[in-house]
Amino acid sequence: MAAEALAARFKPGDRVRVMKAYPLGHIRTPYYIRGCSGVIERICGAFPNPEELAQMRSGLPAQPLYRVRFAQAEVWPDYRGGRDDTVDVEIFQHWLDKAAE
Amino acid sequence: MGGLPAGKVERSEHDYAEWERRVDALMVLLSGIKGAQKLLTVDELRKNIEAIGPEAYDRMSYYERWVTSITQTMLQRGVITTEELARKMVEVKHRGG
Amino acid sequence: MSELGKYAPLTYFQLMEVSLRELLVEKGVVSDAEVDAVAADMKSRGFERGAKVVARAWSDPAYKRRLLADGSAACEELGLDIPALRLVVVENTPAVHNVIVCTLCSCYPRMLLGLPPDWYKSRNYRSRVVREPRAVLAEFGTRLPDQVAIRVHDSTADMRYMVLPLRPAGTEDWSEERLAGIVTRDSMIGVALAKAT
Repeated sequence: MAAEALAARFKPGDRVRVMKAYPLGHIRTPYYIRGCSGVIERICGAFPNPEELAQMRSGLPAQPLYRVRFAQAEVWPDYRGGRDDTVDVEIFQHWLDKAAE
Repeated sequence: MGGLPAGKVERSEHDYAEWERRVDALMVLLSGIKGAQKLLTVDELRKNIEAIGPEAYDRMSYYERWVTSITQTMLQRGVITTEELARKMVEVKHRGG
Repeated sequence: MSELGKYAPLTYFQLMEVSLRELLVEKGVVSDAEVDAVAADMKSRGFERGAKVVARAWSDPAYKRRLLADGSAACEELGLDIPALRLVVVENTPAVHNVIVCTLCSCYPRMLLGLPPDWYKSRNYRSRVVREPRAVLAEFGTRLPDQVAIRVHDSTADMRYMVLPLRPAGTEDWSEERLAGIVTRDSMIGVALAKAT
C-alpha cells in the first residue's frame, strides 16, 4: 500500500554511509557498522520499523530496507583476510545518508 | 555484539529439553507465526532480551532468557498481571513438591 | 499420588514456563494441544527441507536462478510451508564463499534448517565470525584460499539467509535424492563445504 510505505531514496550501486549515532532503544543497526560507508547491494522491500514495533507501536509507514555491502578492510582496522572480503548488513533507510563517491 | 573479542567457538550441541521446546512453541504461537492470534512482536521480545543486564544475561541460558522476555512482554501487554503470575508460581511450586 | 522422585524440582525459569503457559491456557490465549503440537513439530524438523532446496537447485539451473532471485517464492514452489519468511539464498562459487550470522540475536532460517545449534547462538560465534571469518571457519576445519572472497551476511532485520553450497565434483549424474543426502546443515550456514563422500 503506497500510503503506508516511504519511498526508496537509494538504489543498488549507490554508496551510502551509516549514521554514527548511539541512541537508546531497540536498534537493529549493529554498533560495528555505524559510521561506515558501503554500497547498496539490493532493496529488500519496505517493512514496519522494528524500533517502533519494539515500543508497541505500529512501525508504519513502512521503511525501505536495504542490504548494504561493506568492504571488511574498511570496517575493521586490523582485518586480516582477503582484500575482496565483505560483510552484508540489512539497514533501514533512516540510518543511511548518501556518501561521497 | 559483532566484533567484540571472544573465545573459540565451542561446537558442542545439546538436545533441547521439553520445557525449552515449549518456550520456543510459545514464542511461535504468540507472535502469530502459526496463524494464531498475534499478541506480541519479535521486536518486543528482542528489546526485552536486550534489557536483561549483562551479568544476568551471561548467567542465563538461551531459553531462560527467552522465557523471561516472553513473560515480561506479556506483563507489558497486560495479558497477565504480576499478581496472577505470582499466585500461579506459588501454586505450581507447591504442586510440584 | 505422590510425584516425588519422578523429576527434579523445577528451576526458577522452568517454574516461570509452567506458570506462564498455564495462565495463558486458562485465559484462552493458547491451548495445551497447540503448544504440544508446535513443540513436536520443531522437534521433528531438521535440516531436510534446506537440503531438498539445495539438491533441486543443483539439479535444475532454471530453478537455481529463481531461487537466487526470490528465495521465498522458490521455496513455495516446492510446497514448503514458510509463512512470512523472507528468504535470501546466497550462492557459493569458486570465487565467493558465504557465511551467515545474526550478531544481534540468533535469527536463522528455521523453516528450512530447524532449530539453530548452540554454537550459532553463542557469544563467541556472533562476535568473531563477522570480524575474523577465516579464523572461525578454520576452527570448523574449513580453510579457503586467499583468492576466494568471503562474504559474511549479518541477518539484522527481516530477511533470513541460507547458503547454497558449491556442488562437489564427481556428483554430475547423481539423483536429487542422493544429492540431498550430502548437503549438511553446516554447509548451508557456511561454516563447512558440502562433500561427495
